Amino acid sequence: MNLRVLPGGAPRPASRSYNDFPDEALLALASRQDEAALAQLYDRYGRVAYGLALRIVRDQALAEDAVQEAFLTVWRRAGSFRPERAKPSTWILTLVHRRAVDVVRREERRRAQPLLEGQEEPDERALPADEEIALTDRRRLVQEALRQLPDEQREALELAYYGGLTQSELAERLSVPLGTIKSRMFTGLRRLRDLLAEAGLDEPLAEL
Amino acid sequence: MEQELIHELAAAYALDALDESERREFEEHLAGCEQCREELEGLRDAAAALAYVPEGPAPPPALRDRVLKRVHEDRQANVVPLRRRAALPAVATFAVVAAAAAIVLAVWASSLSSSLDRKSAIARVLGDPAAAHMHVGPSSQVVVGRNGEAVVVSKLDRAPAGKTYELWVIDRSGARPAGLFPAGSSSPVLLARRVQKGSQVGVSIEPSGGSKRPTTIVGVSAPA
Repeated sequence: MNLRVLPGGAPRPASRSYNDFPDEALLALASRQDEAALAQLYDRYGRVAYGLALRIVRDQALAEDAVQEAFLTVWRRAGSFRPERAKPSTWILTLVHRRAVDVVRREERRRAQPLLEGQEEPDERALPADEEIALTDRRRLVQEALRQLPDEQREALELAYYGGLTQSELAERLSVPLGTIKSRMFTGLRRLRDLLAEAGLDEPLAEL
Repeated sequence: MEQELIHELAAAYALDALDESERREFEEHLAGCEQCREELEGLRDAAAALAYVPEGPAPPPALRDRVLKRVHEDRQANVVPLRRRAALPAVATFAVVAAAAAIVLAVWASSLSSSLDRKSAIARVLGDPAAAHMHVGPSSQVVVGRNGEAVVVSKLDRAPAGKTYELWVIDRSGARPAGLFPAGSSSPVLLARRVQKGSQVGVSIEPSGGSKRPTTIVGVSAPA
C-alpha cells in the first residue's frame, strides 16, 4: 500500500504560519523563544486586552503600558503555563487584568462607575470582518449572561473587575458588610460561570 | 480565617479584588486545597469572559510593534537568566497553582484521569524543542516529539454525518489505527500510538467507529 499517491496525500513542507495553531501550541512555542508565536497570540488577544486595560485604567498611555507589560509576562512565563489547569485565553487575560489593576491601584486612577454601554466609540477598522463578528458575538453572550444576574451581584462583579476595587473598598463604597460583598461576588461569579457554560461559551475566540 | 469563608475568597481572587495580604493568605490556602483549585479554574474562566465586554477603540498599531520589540530585546538580553527566571517565577499568580500542583502530585497520581494524562502528554509534545512539525494534508499538522509521542492539530471541517476522522501511523508494513477524532475544533489530538523514525502520519474519513484500514485519505505527512 502506497498511501502517498492518494489525493491530498502529497507531503508538504511545514509552514511557519501560525494562523491555524491552537493557543496551547503557541504558548509552548513562545516558551521556546519563538517570537512569531508571541506575535500570533498578540494578534488574537491584543484587541481584547487593550479594551480591557483601557476600561480599567481610563488612560491610553497607561493602557498601552499595561498591555505591553502583560504580553512581556506572557512571553517570560509561557513555560509555566499548564494546559491541564487553565485555558490559554483565561491565563493571558488574567495576566492582562492583574497588570491593569496593579497600574490603576498604583496610579490611584480608579473610578467608581464602569462606563455606560455604548459610551465609547468602537474602532471597527482593526480586525477582519469575521473576527470582529466573533468578538461582537462573544461580547453579546457575556452581556446577556450578566443581565441575568441579580443587580447587586452584577454590580459587585463589575465594580471589582472593571473598577479595580478590592473587596474592602467595595464594601465601603456600597455601605454593606464585607461578608455580604464576598458572598455577592462568589455567588455572582459562580452563576456567571454556569450561565456562560449553558450558552456554550467555552471555546477559544479563534474557534468561534 | 474560618475555612468556609476562605473558600469564598476564590471569587475575589479570580476578580483580583484582594489586597496584597489577603491575596497571599489565599494563595497559601490554595496550595493545600484541591477543592479551591478546581473551583478557581472555572471562576477564572468566568472572570476572563468579562474581558470581552468593554467596547473600546482598537489598540494603536504602534503598540504591536512596541510589544514585539520589547519581547525581542528581552530575548536578546536575557536568554539564559530569563529561562531560569521563567522556571522559578517568584510572584507568578499561576506559578502558585503550578507549585501547588507539584506538591500534591503524589496524591494526584492515584486519581489521574486519562484526560489529564492526555493533556499533559499534549503539552509535553507541543513544548518539546526537538519536536518535528509536519503537514498532514492541507488542513492538519502533526507534531512528533522526540520520544515518538505525536499530536495532530487540525482545522478540518466537522466530519460528515455518520463519519469520523481516523488517525494512522504508517510504516513499511502498512497503516495502523491511531485514534478517532470528530474534528470541527482545533483542539490538539494525541495519537494513540507512537510514531517511530521514518513512519508517516495519515488522516482519513471513516464510518463512525473507525475502520481497520484507511478508506478515504485526506492527508499523509512526510516521514518523521
